Amino acid sequence: MTTLLAIAALRVRYDGRDVLRALSLEVGRGEFVALMGPSGVGKTTALRSVAALQPFDDGRIVVDGFALAPGPVPPESRLVPLRRRVGFVFQAHALFEHLTARDNVTLALRHVLGKTRPDADATANKLLNELDVGARADAWPAQLSGGEAQRVAIARALAPDPALLLLDEPTAALDPARRSGLGATLRRLCQQGRGLLVATHDAEFARAHADRVVTLG
Amino acid sequence: MFLWGGDAEGGAPFVEADPADPSRVRGFDVEVAERIARGLGRRSAQFVQVQWSNIDQSVERGDFAIGLSGVEDTPARRARHAVTLPYFEFREVLAVRPEDANTIHGLADLRGRRVATLGATIAYDVLLQARDSTGLIAISYDDDVHPYSDLLAGRVDAVLLDHIIAQRALRRHGGTGFAILPQPVAISHYVGVLARTNSALRDSVDAVLREAMRDGSLEQIFRRWSVWDETQGALFERVLRSGATAATGVTASSTGALAYLPSLARAAAVTLLVSVLSMAAAVLVGLALASGRVYGAGWLRLITTLYIEIIRGTPLLLQLFVIYYGLAGFVRLPALLAAILALGLNYAAYEAEIYRGALEAVPRPQLEAGRTLGFSEMQILRLIRGPQALRYALAPMTNDFVALLKDSALVSVITVVELTKQTAIYATNIGSWVVPGALCAVVYLAMSLPLARLARRLERRWRTPAG
Repeated sequence: MTTLLAIAALRVRYDGRDVLRALSLEVGRGEFVALMGPSGVGKTTALRSVAALQPFDDGRIVVDGFALAPGPVPPESRLVPLRRRVGFVFQAHALFEHLTARDNVTLALRHVLGKTRPDADATANKLLNELDVGARADAWPAQLSGGEAQRVAIARALAPDPALLLLDEPTAALDPARRSGLGATLRRLCQQGRGLLVATHDAEFARAHADRVVTLG
Repeated sequence: MFLWGGDAEGGAPFVEADPADPSRVRGFDVEVAERIARGLGRRSAQFVQVQWSNIDQSVERGDFAIGLSGVEDTPARRARHAVTLPYFEFREVLAVRPEDANTIHGLADLRGRRVATLGATIAYDVLLQARDSTGLIAISYDDDVHPYSDLLAGRVDAVLLDHIIAQRALRRHGGTGFAILPQPVAISHYVGVLARTNSALRDSVDAVLREAMRDGSLEQIFRRWSVWDETQGALFERVLRSGATAATGVTASSTGALAYLPSLARAAAVTLLVSVLSMAAAVLVGLALASGRVYGAGWLRLITTLYIEIIRGTPLLLQLFVIYYGLAGFVRLPALLAAILALGLNYAAYEAEIYRGALEAVPRPQLEAGRTLGFSEMQILRLIRGPQALRYALAPMTNDFVALLKDSALVSVITVVELTKQTAIYATNIGSWVVPGALCAVVYLAMSLPLARLARRLERRWRTPAG
């Protein structure tokens, strides 16, 4: 199994205190890695560092050959290769409130990847159908249930076809039935060859679905 | 105590603050008032400051017994108030730039040219009649200083005003800069104005004025202020011989309510034009300011913040004066453009704060989601942040536009005759604010209410339905 994400000795300081100290982990292609630990232990910080949403102080992050160094976050123009490789699903979904579910998915396809609207619509419909929210394609984010919004958010993150998908606390707002549904969905993504790094404090979910569990704290 | 009203902003030789003691006033009208008080057996005359165009309304309200401050003798004034006999004869004279003095001899030579005067005066009425007959462009000012400085600056081509005012302006400019045409356009008189019900006091005042004409004290006053000439002697003779008080050669224009509707409509169009263009400027500049404040580097944030605080912290009136008169030395903006610019730049500061608030109201995770999807900062603003911010900003923007519509009334101070100014002219002419005020209010509401409705509908349509 080839390595997709390699984190080595990652250290993040915040207000003079270590939020993360010497975190090392790897995620391979087709692998589902759960990042476990209680709240405040730095799981989200680790994901955000990998997605270059915040700087880190020490260590090294390599995503499929693209390396991030300690220090300030580089300008977006230098992060284009990283953005193509990494998808991010936020805990609060963060769907674009002024766009329908479908257009949340097509926005990057059209304006970042330069696809035509029919092409983008077809891709979005396929993704939404695979995630079982195809019927809600024309709904506004405010009309979606928590589970539906999360699946639209996953579809949106998958639209540019990233090799690595980061998910922050995906089970937080789900009932048990939906949790196992999500687990199955994520396993399917692994079978497509993607690597998954999932921050969660849900031990049962991690044990049931992840290939490997890395515990922090 | 004998209370009399006048406007010290009118200045010498009528009424001005005494340079030696600015709490006191001096001028020939001040001395006429004192002479009247003495003649009536009162110990002293007490001055009450009132805006010149409001003297009639104030005297009717009982703010003072008599108004004296270059108050003109017009049929309309005689019809509505108790008016004294004429105590001074003045000529409406044209002032033009020296190079025009050989080609312009009267109003008839001013077709298509801009002629300035003080609003709500006989001179303005004369210009309005000439506008209809010879096609000149009448420009009304709120004061009698700026018509002449604008004549020198080339903003207007001629000024029509009382010869005393013209001569004073010429002295102020060192006797050069413009020429006063010898042939008067009209002759009229200064009078005192009293409340309509006060005709008994008026008759006593008339008796005092006659006495002052007879005993030479009025002549001495006028000589002291260098406004005496032979026409005053002739006036005194006529007054003393006839005993009549009616003496005016000027006819006022029609005062029926219908006659004002076209000018009110025109003024409403000016208000709408100024408001719409100012708002457009405010939106554009406001967007730039807000972007600078939200996205800019430290120095840009500092500059934009400084601009916003200075503009919001100083009166719009001051900004209007600075842009129109203050900048006149560097760039001579036409009044309408200056008005739009001042209002636009002022409201831009308020718009900028609305847009900043709206931009910052878009949840941060959405912006981060945009980044992880590979959008540039510009795309995030254009595709994600901007469209949502616009929805947040719509209601406060509408409020601002309605406020701007009303604030546009202020631009009348730089000679733009908009709805409120036109209403004031109308009200001054007919001597009542009731009908003009109601009409004006209806027109403003007709402009602002549909706007508020439209904004509510847009907001409803744009609001994404909640599940």
